[in-house]
Amino acid sequence: MWEFIFRVLGRDNSSSRKHAKERLRLVLVHDRASISPYLMNRLKEDLIQVISNYMIIEEEEMELHLNQNDREVVLVANIPIKQIRRDYMERTQISL
Amino acid sequence: MGDTIVVTSGKGGVGKTTTTANLGTALAFAGFRVVLVDTDIGLRNLDVVMGLENRIVYDIVDVTSGNCRLKQALIKDKRFDSLYLLPAAQTKDKTAVSPDEMRYLCEDLQEEFDYVLIDCPAGIEQGFYNAIAGANKAIVVTTPEVSAVRDADRIIGLLESAELRNPKLIINRIRPRMVKHGDMMDIEDIVDILAIDLIGVIPEDEKIIVSTNKGEPAVMDVLSPAGEAYRRISKRIRGEEVPLMNLDVSNSIMDKLRRLVGMN
Repeated sequence: MWEFIFRVLGRDNSSSRKHAKERLRLVLVHDRASISPYLMNRLKEDLIQVISNYMIIEEEEMELHLNQNDREVVLVANIPIKQIRRDYMERTQISL
Repeated sequence: MGDTIVVTSGKGGVGKTTTTANLGTALAFAGFRVVLVDTDIGLRNLDVVMGLENRIVYDIVDVTSGNCRLKQALIKDKRFDSLYLLPAAQTKDKTAVSPDEMRYLCEDLQEEFDYVLIDCPAGIEQGFYNAIAGANKAIVVTTPEVSAVRDADRIIGLLESAELRNPKLIINRIRPRMVKHGDMMDIEDIVDILAIDLIGVIPEDEKIIVSTNKGEPAVMDVLSPAGEAYRRISKRIRGEEVPLMNLDVSNSIMDKLRRLVGMN
C-alpha cells in the first residue's frame, strides 16, 4: 500500500534516474577498462618488476584479468609465488 | 586567427547539427564572422537546418579535390552577412576527404573567419577523424540517456588521444520535470560521470522542431527556451561568464500534494 502511494507521489526509491546512473557507471568502468592487450601486458610487466623486489614468482603462470559482477569491476591477479626473498628486509633497509 | 570548434557526440540524433546551426547563428548575430562546415559526407543536413539547401552549387569535396575555389563553395546565410556554410557532399562517401585535406581547409578558413564550426558525423570511423583533424577545440553533445552518455564518454577518450584537450559538454534535451520526478539523469549526474567542463544545458523544446521545419535556427526566436540556452552557450564560447539557465519547473499539483503530506 505505502509502496503504491510512494510511487504515485514520485518518491519511489528505485527511481529510474538512479538506475540509469548506476548502470552507466558500471558500463563505463567496463568500457574504460577494456584496455588493449598491449596495455594489459605492460601492466603485467610492471607488476612483475615491483613484486620481484619482494618475492620470486612464476612469471609464466601469472594471470591478470578484469572481473565484472553486478556491483563493480575488479582487477584480479593470480600470481604463484616460488619463493620469498630472504634479503628483502636488508635491501629495504639499505635503500632507507 | 580564429578558433575551429568541432561539434561531436558519437551517438546520432542527439543534436549536433542543431547545435552547430544555432551556435553559428548566435555568434554571427553577435557580429562575428562564422563559417559552418558540414563534414557528414553522404548524409548532409546542416544545409536544411539552416534553410540553405536550394543554394548549394559546390560542396566540401569539390573544394578539397580542386574542382572549385573555396570561396565558390561558401554559401552566404539568408539572415546574416557574416555567416557562411560549407556544405557536405551528398553523393560521395566519407573517404572522399582525408584528415590532411581537412587540416589545410580549416587553416584557410581560420584566416577568413573568427569561428569555424565543424558539424561532425555520428560514429567513430573516418568521418569522425576528418571532422576533428583541423579543430583546436571540441564540444561534445549528449542527452540524458545511458546510451548517449556512454558514447560521449568514448568520444571524449578519442578526443583526448587525438590531443584535443578539454572538450566542453552540452547536455541537450533535458526535461526538468522528469529530472525532478527522478525519471531522468540530471546535470550533476552526467557531469559527474563524464568529468569534463559543462558549457551549457538545453531544455527539451518543441520550438526546435518548428524551427527545423522552417529552416530557421531557434536561437533567433526570443520565446524559445532552447534558443535562449544556445544564446548563453555562444556567450560562453566568446569567454563571457553566464549563469546556467534556470530549469526549475513551476509547482505542480504533485508538489503541493507532497508538501501536504510532509514529504518535501
